[in-house]
Amino acid sequence: MSTRVVLHEADIARALTRISHEILESNKGPEGLVVLGIPTRGVALGNRVAGLLSEFSGTEVPVGSLDITMYRDDLSRHPTRAPRPTSIPPGGIDGRTVVLVDDVLFSGRTIRAALDAIGDIGRPAVVRLAILVDRGHRELPIRPDFVGKNLPSARDERVFVRLADVDGVEEVTIAS
Amino acid sequence: MRNLLDTISLSSDEAVTILDVAEDMAGTQRREVKKLPTLRGKTVVNLFFEDSTRTRISFEAAAKRLSADVINFSAKGSSVSKGESLQDTAQTLQAMGADAVVIRHGASGAPRTLATSGWITAGVVNAGDGTHEHPTQALLDAFTIRKRRFGDDSRGRTLEGIRVAIVGDILHSRVARSNLWLLTTLGAEVTLVGPPTLIPQDVSAWPARIVYDLDEAIAAGPDALMMLRIQSERMNAAYFPNEREYARSWGLDAARLASLPADSIVMHPGPMNRGLEISAEAADSPRATVLEQVANGVSVRMAVLYLLLAGERGEEGEIR
Repeated sequence: MSTRVVLHEADIARALTRISHEILESNKGPEGLVVLGIPTRGVALGNRVAGLLSEFSGTEVPVGSLDITMYRDDLSRHPTRAPRPTSIPPGGIDGRTVVLVDDVLFSGRTIRAALDAIGDIGRPAVVRLAILVDRGHRELPIRPDFVGKNLPSARDERVFVRLADVDGVEEVTIAS
Repeated sequence: MRNLLDTISLSSDEAVTILDVAEDMAGTQRREVKKLPTLRGKTVVNLFFEDSTRTRISFEAAAKRLSADVINFSAKGSSVSKGESLQDTAQTLQAMGADAVVIRHGASGAPRTLATSGWITAGVVNAGDGTHEHPTQALLDAFTIRKRRFGDDSRGRTLEGIRVAIVGDILHSRVARSNLWLLTTLGAEVTLVGPPTLIPQDVSAWPARIVYDLDEAIAAGPDALMMLRIQSERMNAAYFPNEREYARSWGLDAARLASLPADSIVMHPGPMNRGLEISAEAADSPRATVLEQVANGVSVRMAVLYLLLAGERGEEGEIR
């Protein structure tokens, strides 16, 4: 098994900075933005993106977390997972532009579950998807709006995102 | 988790996991759409050999909020009254495709028999058996104590150092037993209070302090005072002279309520006998958590059904 580092700490920071600028550009400013991270590492990334959005625009952009465990379609195929907390910012998501943030986009099933979860919480005007690493192999018609890095990979390779605030190290690796 | 039969065999970590999942479930109950798709296609059977309204409704609400199908079965008016055995009843339910059986039975140990006999593969949840245990009631009580004490900061916490007094008919109470095991596992200190006739004969092995005087227990300033129902259906001997005498010595009246510390809570598993074990002043005071207990009961039972049914049904497994 060989492991290769795809993104270093500085690369991750640059990717998040660019994604944040792209979000502001496509939304024509910070109005109505709500950032929701998907646990575990999507929450850490979501907090950073929201921080950057607030910094670049000078307006506080609300941020929360969205757990999708109870909306998964493969629950009965794995040992029981404990759900993670969901926190929706006080303003809610009705009529807002929700930016979903996750670390890796693979089959697209997590995002499908997230869309179902959002539908139970409210009715946003728009939902966008920001991803640090898109590794392909989609099983559903889902595509990201903002991508940190496109990473062509074989189906049996494994991609690991490690973040300083969760894992103590900051890097993206691929193992085959 | 394959079955939930008792609280005595739960570890502190397992109990905290159940309570934390219940926090998540409670969070979903504040949403616009309260129903989760999680247990779609699963069938939960409520198998009730003893009367119960709130526990059955609570389990039913919990299962329905998770999109499971619910079949209610009560022994009255069923084949059980024609003499059908527990084995045949259970196997009939299994043949109908039950994924979980929530059982209440008058005989202590009936849920364990159901879970370990090999008659059925469905998960078994004990909803009260004889004078043995009522685990989901204890879990919702622990959840309520934790929520009142720590609020939104409850997740991951035990009940370390919290003092709970359980008052009343300890002898017949499965709620008292389940609470004693669970609360002490979570680090709480439990005091049992009641007339000597309603305390079991030998409780030397129980991790609790026994007090026969309610005023003494209240003077010790418990964080939570749990009043048990006097179960008239089990009062088959002269355990106390009469109801007025009981209410005067072991009932929570206005004067006793006033002498409790300002931040302690008054709990009751319901249904309440107002004027007997609890006065109207106590039951309606802001310290009473009776309705919170009911609401939390749905969240806790959602958590139990989720942990039992959502994952792969393998061997006795850890919760990740």
